[in-house]
Amino acid sequence: MPMNEEFKPKIVAFCCNWCSYAGADLAGSSRLAYPADVKIIRVPCSCRVNPMFILRAFEKGADGVIICGCHPGDCHYSTGNYYARRRMAMLFSMLEYIGIENGRTRVEWVSAAEGVKFSTTMNEFVSKIQSLGKNVRLGDIRCKN
Amino acid sequence: MSHDKTKKQAELIREISGVNPYKCMKCGKCSASCPSFNEMDIKPHQFVSYVLNDDLEALVNSKSLWKCLSCFACIERCPRDVKPGKLVDAARQLVVRERGGDFLSADEIPEKLDPELPQQLLVSAFRRYRR
Amino acid sequence: MQRIGVFVCHCGSNIAATVDVKKVVEIVRNEPGVVHAEDYQYMCSEAGQALIAKAIAEKNLSGIVVCSCSPRMHEATFRKAAERAGLNPYMVEIANIREHCSWIHKNVEEATEKAVILARAAIAKVNLNAPLKAGESRVTKRALVIGGGIAGIQTALDIADAGYEVDIVEKTPSIGGRMSQLDKTFPTLDCSACILTPKMVEAAAHEKITIYTYSEVEKVSGFVGDFTVDIRKKARSVDMDKCTGCGVCQEKCPSKKTPSEFNRGLGNRSAIYTPFAQAIPNVPVIDRDACIKFKTGKCGICSKVCQAGAIDYEQKDEIVTEKYGAIVVATGFDTIKLDKYDEYAYNQSKDVITSLELERVMNAAGPTKGHLERLSDGKHPKNIVFIQCVGSRCSDDRGKPYCSKICCMYTAKHAMLIRDKYPDVNVTVFYIDVRTPGKNFDEFYRRAVEDYGVNYIKGQVGKVAPQPDGSLLVQGVDLLDNKQILMEADMVVLATVIEPDPSVRKIATMLTASIDTNNFLTESHAKLRPVESPTAGVFLSGVCQGPKDIPETVAQAGAAAVKAIGLLAKDKLLTNPCTAKPDELLCNGCSACANVCPYGAITYETKLINDHGIREERRVAQVNNALCQGCGACTVTCPSGAMDLQGFSNRQIIAEVDAICR
Repeated sequence: MPMNEEFKPKIVAFCCNWCSYAGADLAGSSRLAYPADVKIIRVPCSCRVNPMFILRAFEKGADGVIICGCHPGDCHYSTGNYYARRRMAMLFSMLEYIGIENGRTRVEWVSAAEGVKFSTTMNEFVSKIQSLGKNVRLGDIRCKN
Repeated sequence: MSHDKTKKQAELIREISGVNPYKCMKCGKCSASCPSFNEMDIKPHQFVSYVLNDDLEALVNSKSLWKCLSCFACIERCPRDVKPGKLVDAARQLVVRERGGDFLSADEIPEKLDPELPQQLLVSAFRRYRR
Repeated sequence: MQRIGVFVCHCGSNIAATVDVKKVVEIVRNEPGVVHAEDYQYMCSEAGQALIAKAIAEKNLSGIVVCSCSPRMHEATFRKAAERAGLNPYMVEIANIREHCSWIHKNVEEATEKAVILARAAIAKVNLNAPLKAGESRVTKRALVIGGGIAGIQTALDIADAGYEVDIVEKTPSIGGRMSQLDKTFPTLDCSACILTPKMVEAAAHEKITIYTYSEVEKVSGFVGDFTVDIRKKARSVDMDKCTGCGVCQEKCPSKKTPSEFNRGLGNRSAIYTPFAQAIPNVPVIDRDACIKFKTGKCGICSKVCQAGAIDYEQKDEIVTEKYGAIVVATGFDTIKLDKYDEYAYNQSKDVITSLELERVMNAAGPTKGHLERLSDGKHPKNIVFIQCVGSRCSDDRGKPYCSKICCMYTAKHAMLIRDKYPDVNVTVFYIDVRTPGKNFDEFYRRAVEDYGVNYIKGQVGKVAPQPDGSLLVQGVDLLDNKQILMEADMVVLATVIEPDPSVRKIATMLTASIDTNNFLTESHAKLRPVESPTAGVFLSGVCQGPKDIPETVAQAGAAAVKAIGLLAKDKLLTNPCTAKPDELLCNGCSACANVCPYGAITYETKLINDHGIREERRVAQVNNALCQGCGACTVTCPSGAMDLQGFSNRQIIAEVDAICR
């Protein structure tokens, strides 16, 4: 990447259908801006997010991945977010071990009523990624196209 | 005072006080709480609009600035987190800063003390203006 | 390879103002699998849907991507449109370019680029979509109403009148709720009990309604149409069938020092009690914490005086398990605790009361028999000060950020009633704004001022100071006069902010119904689906959804009932076909998936498997599609990757990730 070009991070956000996706919708209908670098993928529940998806994203050149789910205790499927929380804690520590900084990954609980929280979380996350710069550790050269 | 200067001062006041005057819903609880209300020319609930309208000259020159006891009743009770007492404090700070290094030395203080002066004001002033 | 059609919606100017729609169409036209792309003003309109149908027929499309608003809004609309045109509805995917793009970005270039990427992700997903068929599930023709206040009673009556069985679960010993504590109701000033008690009686007498008082919902499982609920019937210590409601036990009970919940702690009740005279059911409850018999083993007077022999000290909590098709939440509200508002001296003086306490004071059946008197010394007050917005509209942690909605009106009512009954009493109201939208509401407030001479002062009260002589010194401000006011008052009434009843948190968790930061239950759509929770089969009635007065509560209760009836009237429900599906060849029978499944939808079966010519008996996972809700927990847990989720398969999500990171 040439030095003078502005760094536009690629950020993948996994949002559960019931809370966080609705929270993102609320952020939208309340016109609460956050950077366009964030792209949301809808999943039924945060527990649907396979660690494989996150590894894949980093392989494909994502600079940050955030997983959003319902608040603990409020999961639409009762317990899904607990599984997600444990899996991600595990995955993130391993990712850090291989050089993907902890700041590039995040789990956040956003309810359907928390449009403001969604927007501020995304703003924070993007500026964190901006400060960390481009992700170079896991980029798989075979995945470059 | 030029318009630009006032504008800058208003920003400075917001910065020093950390107050967002737009949050005020004009309930008047600050004025209802203020023990010095009757001594003041600009009333506590009006401070906010002076800052909002960038009318700093009037605020800086008002008696209210020096009548405020810093009892913090308005800060404690404000339901909207606006805290007019902090605006007063910031306005005082502004005046002091403009005067420059015109501080009293420790020896000068006792003779200037008014025995009627509330203790809390002194403590508050020391807390605010110590270097 | 799929034949995909992409339809980009302008949404008037909602999308088109920030996203260059034409450009999106041109770019996505070249995506793999796309054979058709077009844009239209309003894709969700009939004409827009017709465009989709036409393209499906003409271009023989096998998959559809609609770039429009949130799938939570119109996914169902477009799926139905596709189905009518002969396409499997699950071959439709939505790219959300309104809520997630045009509404939050200002820069057209940036927003257009993002819209293209979101469209690409959806196209990549549709490429891997497979037709799915929704299953069917049965509907239990019975509804549960949680909460027996006016909201719950009205909902239950409406559902029962439509011919369905309804159970009301109420945690206190009687139905009636907050409304039973009120004296008069605005704006007509009819007596609350006179309009409520007939409804209570009607509910109790209705052959389709079963009322569980002194009971709580303990456990909820299942899903829309088929919930299973455990109800804990707390031990009343009184046999409901034998008790005649004569009331002798309450009279004779020697333990009479417990503050009465019904009177908001302003009077005492006995240990065996009915909350109020018109209670339904008219069967007392023994408060075991206050009862001498339970505390020391000695006493038993109630048992001796009961002619019917209804007292049963040995009674135990009982769990009733029942099946329901629909659940209506009507848990109501309480006022907040005023511990953090020291300046109003609520905890220091008995003469500073909340408005709900004033209702009890004004009520003929209340602690003062309806006489307006100071609670400290029983004297007749001469000056009463009302303070509005206590804890409402606060952005600090002491109060609540919302407006309670009902306080302006009930304060006008109180002020008017006091001035009417006691013209010698001066009434002053300190207000920030008087908010009286509603039929005949502003007229009512003006009458309080113009006809009854209530003194409204725009400003707040900073402090209420109890004086040694027992009076209260009120320091306030008149903002319009720019004067500070010091006045003596004999009573101060605080219009305290209402909050959802604390029990709602636990209930929301059990129902997996979403709740907002103020503990109000979230509705499915703020405008178009105001009485439905996002959780299917759960409906909202009354203040649990947001502050409301009685007419609004009753209206919403009826609306919730209609939604519940609409559900109960169906014989079958279509289930979500996006369920888990195991690959039997990969499954190693470890049971990891069955352990994480919250619905018990996964079982194991020993089956003859043909693994590339090797035929052997293996223990493999089976998913019950009627039970599976499609959360996907099992898919990630499965160590061999045998489990996948239809509609959100590994390959589909990875395709989306790839499209976004391209």
